Amino acid sequence: MAKFSKKKGGELPPISTASLPDIVFMLLFFFMVATTMRETNVMVKQDLPKADQVEKLENKNLVMYIYAGPPSPNYQQQFGTSGRIQLNDKFARVEDIQSFILAERESKNPGIRSKLITGLKIDEETNMSLVSDITDELRKVEAYRINYTTRQGDPTAESGL
Amino acid sequence: MSRRSAPEINAGSMADIAFLLLIFFLVTTTIESDKGITRRLPPIDEQEPEDVVVKERNVFEVVISRNGDLLVEDKPMELKDLREAALNFIDNGGGTGSAACPYCQGAEDPKSSENPQKAVISLEYARQTKYGDFIAVQNELMGAFNQLRDRVSLSEFGVPFSKLQEDMDKAANDIEKDEIAQKITRIREFYPLNIMETKPEQVN
Repeated sequence: MAKFSKKKGGELPPISTASLPDIVFMLLFFFMVATTMRETNVMVKQDLPKADQVEKLENKNLVMYIYAGPPSPNYQQQFGTSGRIQLNDKFARVEDIQSFILAERESKNPGIRSKLITGLKIDEETNMSLVSDITDELRKVEAYRINYTTRQGDPTAESGL
Repeated sequence: MSRRSAPEINAGSMADIAFLLLIFFLVTTTIESDKGITRRLPPIDEQEPEDVVVKERNVFEVVISRNGDLLVEDKPMELKDLREAALNFIDNGGGTGSAACPYCQGAEDPKSSENPQKAVISLEYARQTKYGDFIAVQNELMGAFNQLRDRVSLSEFGVPFSKLQEDMDKAANDIEKDEIAQKITRIREFYPLNIMETKPEQVN
């Protein structure tokens, strides 16, 4: 009898964690594939407006980004709270857009230059005066293709109109 | 006899290392959200634009006033009603003879547009208008166009317009791509995107 009771009293073996690294690596690879490195440090507020009638920009290589909006809290002391434009990593004036577009164009492969598209990432609180200044500059350098980058959502639910 | 098998390396910390990497990637990367409303800006006319005569019935006037009110054809309107109003205007098809629109299903109101090619939506905004409001209005107008294009595409090619665009991205080869591109152009000709933005300077 004693023989049997001895066996029963054994503790549960510890759960093997050997497969944990595999699981974590799987997650890691997922994130590495699904995401892209942040290229520019955005210094303006970026609450993009919502829209649902959107088109997707397939080729990231073809997109030139222009950011605009009120500066983020860290920069407000220096740059104020009214809408500003950001090109690459620094604040810019409206007049700088032309040379920015020309430089971007120059840096791309000649074959794709005609397909370039400007992505406007503009905060929803920005005044239209700034937006129309930007589009006017774009028209001057013949960068006609633009994309108002938005978030997914229904604007009628929130807009004050 | 004396050779013992090498002791197993403890892999317990492997998970920690992998987690560290994972967290690094989570922090430094963003899932790109590159979706938006694509537009083509009008070129700048060097010479004074000659007065193109557009009949008043063919113009659908949308105004976002400086205090954020939406005026459609001089009457205030809720944003949620804009899509349907725009759709009815574009699809009216009130033209006769050469201006008739065989694929339109609208009310054929003699006061509204003749056909989608002649119909122009004029969007006017003030300098103080919020960008978010502007996009909301643009979105509703795009919604009307997409709905109409979906319908005509469904009857022409048996697939909705949005599906055509998806297929375009997935197309295996250039021949297939060209074919779909042609279809897309056809549909766009049925309901061209005639949205005319009026710059605030001209409004004052």
